[in-house]
Amino acid sequence: MRLKFTLDNIFKVAAGIVAASAVVILLLNAYILISGSTIVLNRYGLDFITGTNWNPVTGRESFGVLPYILGTIVTSGIALLIGVPLSLGIAIFLVEMAPKAVRVPISYLVELLAAVPSVIFGLWGIFFLRFWILDYIEKPVNAYLGWIPIFSGTPQGLDIFTAGVILAIMIIPTVASVSKEVINAVPNSIREGAYSIGATKWEVIRHWVLSYGRSGIFGAVILGLGRAVGETMAVTMVIGNAVGPSAMPTSLFAPGQTLPSLIANGFLESPTPLEKSAYIGAGLVLLALSLLINVAAHTMVTRLIKVKGGTVE
Amino acid sequence: MKKTYTIAIIAIVIIAASAISYVLLSQPPATTDSITLTGAGATFPQPFIESTIQTYTTQVKPNIQINYQGGGSGAGISAFTQKTVDFACTDAALTASQREAAPNAVHIPETIGAITVAYNIPGVSSGLRLTGPIIADIYLGAITNWNDPAITSINPDVTLPNNAIVLVRRSDGSGTTNWFTKYLSLVSSTWDSQVGSGTTVQWPGTTIGANGNSNVAANIAQTQYAIGYVELAYALQNDMTVADVQNAAGNYVAPSLASTTAAAESIPTSGLPTGDGDWVDVSLLNAPGEQAYPIVTPTYMLLYKELFVIPGMTLDKATQLVQYIWYVVHDGQQLAEPLQYAALPSNLVQINEATLRSITFNGQALVAN
Repeated sequence: MRLKFTLDNIFKVAAGIVAASAVVILLLNAYILISGSTIVLNRYGLDFITGTNWNPVTGRESFGVLPYILGTIVTSGIALLIGVPLSLGIAIFLVEMAPKAVRVPISYLVELLAAVPSVIFGLWGIFFLRFWILDYIEKPVNAYLGWIPIFSGTPQGLDIFTAGVILAIMIIPTVASVSKEVINAVPNSIREGAYSIGATKWEVIRHWVLSYGRSGIFGAVILGLGRAVGETMAVTMVIGNAVGPSAMPTSLFAPGQTLPSLIANGFLESPTPLEKSAYIGAGLVLLALSLLINVAAHTMVTRLIKVKGGTVE
Repeated sequence: MKKTYTIAIIAIVIIAASAISYVLLSQPPATTDSITLTGAGATFPQPFIESTIQTYTTQVKPNIQINYQGGGSGAGISAFTQKTVDFACTDAALTASQREAAPNAVHIPETIGAITVAYNIPGVSSGLRLTGPIIADIYLGAITNWNDPAITSINPDVTLPNNAIVLVRRSDGSGTTNWFTKYLSLVSSTWDSQVGSGTTVQWPGTTIGANGNSNVAANIAQTQYAIGYVELAYALQNDMTVADVQNAAGNYVAPSLASTTAAAESIPTSGLPTGDGDWVDVSLLNAPGEQAYPIVTPTYMLLYKELFVIPGMTLDKATQLVQYIWYVVHDGQQLAEPLQYAALPSNLVQINEATLRSITFNGQALVAN
């Protein structure tokens, strides 16, 4: 059968090419990262993942990314702990409670927050948020709870905790606006049914609305997590950029480092092929970590839906 | 009806095409054979390089275009090695393996910088005295408080607080870190054996890493009891409080253009390599002059001795390139001081002249002897 050059067929092929490009770009990325990091992976093997040194000085080279993997996970974790409840609160308020005169401008402002470039958050973090966190959170907590290892040290405001807070603010627009759409999509008949059996507003939201939309909300959280894991500029500016064993996130109030900030800091001025390869290797680990998080999230969503079936939109 | 439209459109196209071609052809021919030179590399001398480009292309050779892309010494060296640029700038001289990868490269020191030790101690103005070993001990964590006897004993007139020193450093790979850690390695054997030197090092203890000179400066300015290292130009422009550092002659010298130039001038020409030699060991650190500031750093332009090796290079372009660099190391030096870079001392200018005379295109010298 001969393929005819109809508009429809051309469109089909074009759409196919565009769709395939997403896959091709990911594969090319992975290929470049893998081939770029062969030097460091051949030399250190698994030690590259489990090592804690990052020493590019000629003659004492030693590269390991464990502190930065943990740093990435810890800062993103703080971001979710702070950011997700706030985002859900915003979404629930906007959909379930706010009158239209409030809802429209606030949703607009929340989405506008997503348009703020990350370097602006970084500057704001360095010049303002850092001192606020230092004076009102870190110093008091450190004074009274400093005996707990995660609150120990001498806080300076440029640390893992501040980075987590900045990330929390940065994921709020994503998580809030997607959750808002999800909650908005919950059919009114569900709410009406719940009210008719005597549920209070809190119970309706807690047991019906959130339950109905939970896979969508979970998706929103994953989107936010993706942003937190990959965020570079703002984190680099406030995390204190520790390297080597001192970058292990043992205390929230000590300087740390994430994989993206490590790469952003060092890659451009890495003079030797081994060092350059080490940064590309860190990029590979970051890509793997992001994919892992996404796959795990998808599996969890699917399982959630299977276990408590009937609530899929 | 349709035909009329077609004829009208064709007529418009013809008129437009002839108008455009008339405009294009009547342009002076200079634009077609103008020459573009490309350079890349270190950000440290970038303001100076850009200033020379601006003046050179407007006042000396208006038909030349020169593009300089920052991006760092490392990026400059790799672009130079791959021959994608006509010249490169780097803060650190080429190592043996880098010289092997880029055979026949020559170094042209084009300006001199210094690294200041800046601090933020409330009530203490510029001029706190420090020695190299003390700075090393501070960064090693051996000296943790400002009122450590080692510091107070050489600063009898200053009341130093009993506060922990907050260490600030560059987090990005940088020529500044390279020279600062080289200096610490030179003055402290403990530093040399434990940490060493490089564009990034594994800093011992807890330090705040800040990206770029401006962030280091901002962190020092905002954090009480902080110490850090910042390029001279940056520190002077921002009125930072900086330490007087003890030099090889035993004097405490404030960082300034004059003390930077003094350091460069006190290096005897006889000890320096030729342009095509090995510059790795050339150092202006701890220079012998009485008034020489001890942490002084050269920064280099890289060129190929035989420019024929660069793809697309022509005799004309090569001549223009060498003439531009000749300008940078001579008249262009006047542009250095307003930007807080020290002008090249005469001994380095002489070496550069010999280097530029040795540069050829297809065997032909480009500067008259």
